[in-house]
Amino acid sequence: MIHARGLTRVFKVKKQTVEAVRGIDLDVESGQLVAFLGPNGAGKSTTLRMLTTLLPPTGGTATVAGHDVGREPAKVRARIGYVGQKSSAGENFRARDELVIQGRAYGLGTSQARERADELLDLLDLGPLAQRKPGTLSGGQRRRLDIALGLIHRPDLLFLDEPSTGLDPQSRADIWTHILRLREAYGTTLFLTTHYLEEADSMAERVVIIDNGRIIADGTAAQLKNDLAGDQITITTDTEQEAETAARIGDGTAEGTTVRLRVGNAAAALPEYLRALEAAGVKAATAETTRPTLDDVFLTLTGRSLTDDDIPA
Amino acid sequence: MTTFLRDTATVFTREITPAVREPVGLLFDMGQPLLFLFLFGSLLDGAVGSSWQWFVPGILVMMCLSGPMAAGYTLLVDLIGGSMERMLVTPMNRTAMLVGRTMKAMVILLAQAVLIIVLALPLGFQLHPAGVLAGLAMLVALGIGLGALSFVLAIKSAPDGTLFYIVTQVLLFPLLLLSGVLLPIDAGPGWLRVIGHLNPITYIVDAQRALFAGDLTAPSVLYGTAATLVVAVVGLVLGNRAMRQGV
Repeated sequence: MIHARGLTRVFKVKKQTVEAVRGIDLDVESGQLVAFLGPNGAGKSTTLRMLTTLLPPTGGTATVAGHDVGREPAKVRARIGYVGQKSSAGENFRARDELVIQGRAYGLGTSQARERADELLDLLDLGPLAQRKPGTLSGGQRRRLDIALGLIHRPDLLFLDEPSTGLDPQSRADIWTHILRLREAYGTTLFLTTHYLEEADSMAERVVIIDNGRIIADGTAAQLKNDLAGDQITITTDTEQEAETAARIGDGTAEGTTVRLRVGNAAAALPEYLRALEAAGVKAATAETTRPTLDDVFLTLTGRSLTDDDIPA
Repeated sequence: MTTFLRDTATVFTREITPAVREPVGLLFDMGQPLLFLFLFGSLLDGAVGSSWQWFVPGILVMMCLSGPMAAGYTLLVDLIGGSMERMLVTPMNRTAMLVGRTMKAMVILLAQAVLIIVLALPLGFQLHPAGVLAGLAMLVALGIGLGALSFVLAIKSAPDGTLFYIVTQVLLFPLLLLSGVLLPIDAGPGWLRVIGHLNPITYIVDAQRALFAGDLTAPSVLYGTAATLVVAVVGLVLGNRAMRQGV
């Protein structure tokens, strides 16, 4: 569905050259749900804009839905859907009117566009809001309308740029319910960007991590976590001295009376570790194991946390 | 070509729908020209001959300046929001997106012009059909050029729009006042007349007044037509270039 080779985008800002995307190779097969994860300014949106023909690449090639984005943009456009970061519906227009126009923009006849509009309003629980303007809708409702606009021509491939950013947790969960339902209904390939780790972790079948314009990891969330981060064991002791000894034994780090260590499989490693502590005369007061998060993966790869807001662009 | 026409129709339908759904909005948009027409028209009655004959064409030119500017503004709003981007990802023809918007602005302009003329008739405005038709045709040509210019301005101003507000706020009102739309500048001091002669809108206003008086062969009609064509050609050339460079 998507085949990119050496995809590059360079911006010239005030005589300075900014390499937003530095040679991305990417293959997405039909039917996948891929999360494109990375900090702000990593190049997620720029990549997405190149794949959706909104921005010409300055280097490399990309074939999307069977056509080259540079040579046959119109054919790519006809086959993909795109839900941008900003609200897609015009402020002055009613929800259903915008959907019908969007259908006609893709070459549907008026009656067919109306049918599709009603079907999507129904599917996205927007039926009662059909005659409303976007300004009177809640953030979650607007986002659902955006998704409906991206699906009016039943594209094989839908791009979503930060579909749940700026929404409250309940609306985010709701958007996801709808995205997964649509995927089941239409079998659409989904490619979405997000900087919410939990989302990428729980929803996507495949996670592609981008940082500084380069892809630094690619796989299922479980693979990435097993291969790149590993589980964590956390124990607490009664004294700091004991904690230091415990850290030394397990090759971990001590912080006050808390000791953390990374292991391949925590469930198997914990009993062994506790026995070693006992033999050294250290008494563990509490012990717990945690599965790694994608943030741990990012931390291992870059030395930075994805949740830091002040990551340089 | 057929897809171009279809896309133009799609964009035109989108843009005109809010006006069709809420036609009262059209009257509100005309608030200022109507106020000017009735206030200044009544005050000036007798001072410039038949004030209605003199004033109606000026008000129409005024609407022809503000209408296309409003067209650029709606494009700017769509550019700042996400709806223009949404349409740029569709296979729609780029030029059709601007042509459809221009057509909508022209339909609104014509509807408002006819309304002004109808409202002025009972006040003593004399209708010279041939002149009025020629005058409206000139206004449409001017509107297309100005509309294209305002689209270019909107595209260059995105994403923050500051440039658009500066140019329309700073440029539009002096352009209007110094063209003699509201008050005759022929009677003004020399420097004012010089500025008036440098303003292309002056020639168009003069031509409109001649046409609405039924004087189709006046020299001012020739100058006005030339000024209109200059604006239209410059607008279309720049607009076409902006579209090809990509929004």
